[in-house]
Amino acid sequence: MSKNIKILGSGCSRCQTLTGLVKEVVSENHIDATIEKVEDIQEIMKYNVMATPALVVDNEIKTKGRIPSKEEILAHLN
Amino acid sequence: MFDWLQNIADWLVYDLFNLNRGQHLAEALNFFIYDAVKILILLIAVIFLMGIVNSYFPIDRVKNYLSRNKLYGFEYLIASIFGVVTPFCSCSSVPLFIGFVKGGIPLGVTFAFLITSPLVNEVAIGLFVGLFGIKTTVIYIISGILLGTISGIILQKLKLENLLTPWVKEVLANAQREQDQFKNEQPSLTQRLPLIWSEVVTILKGIVPYVIIGIAIGGLMHGYIPEGFFEKYMSKENLLAVPMATILAIPMYSNAAGILPVVQVLVAKGIPLGTAIAFMMGVVGLSLPEAMLLKKVMTMKLIATFFGVVAVCIIISGYLFNVIL
Repeated sequence: MSKNIKILGSGCSRCQTLTGLVKEVVSENHIDATIEKVEDIQEIMKYNVMATPALVVDNEIKTKGRIPSKEEILAHLN
Repeated sequence: MFDWLQNIADWLVYDLFNLNRGQHLAEALNFFIYDAVKILILLIAVIFLMGIVNSYFPIDRVKNYLSRNKLYGFEYLIASIFGVVTPFCSCSSVPLFIGFVKGGIPLGVTFAFLITSPLVNEVAIGLFVGLFGIKTTVIYIISGILLGTISGIILQKLKLENLLTPWVKEVLANAQREQDQFKNEQPSLTQRLPLIWSEVVTILKGIVPYVIIGIAIGGLMHGYIPEGFFEKYMSKENLLAVPMATILAIPMYSNAAGILPVVQVLVAKGIPLGTAIAFMMGVVGLSLPEAMLLKKVMTMKLIATFFGVVAVCIIISGYLFNVIL
């Protein structure tokens, strides 16, 4: 089943870094996933996240306020 | 504590590069090597220590604590102290603000946190210890905490809730104090360390180029500007100096890490420390990019009031330092 990945963050450099990493991980491992960048603050607040960037996989918050390593991202996607 | 480093710098410059003592270039280079290595070591140490402290007080726990407990007027001070241990990223200021409002934390308390968090952060502390020594650093930290506390109390008294943007007012109307105590998994320190260390590396990567450039410029100025050069222009008696320094500082946010090393040289050459501290607080604590981000949750009038109150408090502390130090 296709994974739904969301990256929450209002467009700061750390959020862009995380988005880039997630894209790399997905393509390197041929994972079937949709990646969505959520920049709207009201949308972000629905997840009750206070530190961005946050990584959300299938509506579950995996990390927040930091940039995880590629290995960690891969672990969250499996 | 750093004698060994001075010896290495001396050896590199005078022996290996064979430059003469007293030469401008030699002194500037010596100063640069010594300062750059010392400051990097201190930055790593401080960022790492603060990372450990922070991993035990994540932002959700801070919010939960402030929201759940009655603190009898001490909530401003406590929020301000929490601001010190929480690393600040201006891109998180908006979600953080909303999270606090949602938890029923008064606006002034939220402001106290938002003011101290960038003002007294791990990078500023690391640079301060390296450039100005422990005593000045402690004074800076304490005054930063008090500044956040007092500004928060003032902002609360101004009753600014109706200056929030409409959707935030709605959040405020539905705000709820949290009932449950925050629980999260408690990994051991050794489990935490790899994560903390990777944060240290991320933070350092972002600031090291600026720090190096700042120290290089400082090194050049150190070698070429005569002692006491600025005393003529920016003496303590010049009452306009502190406000001028604060206002000049507001647009310089993005290079705070690069500006502090330069300011240190200015102090060495005769700018009063209070004026310099006001300038640095302005650089670190009042950032235009942050103000623009806050537009999503506050009207311009509220942002202006917020910055105005903080600026006035910074100016007052600048005068105080000039009198005391």
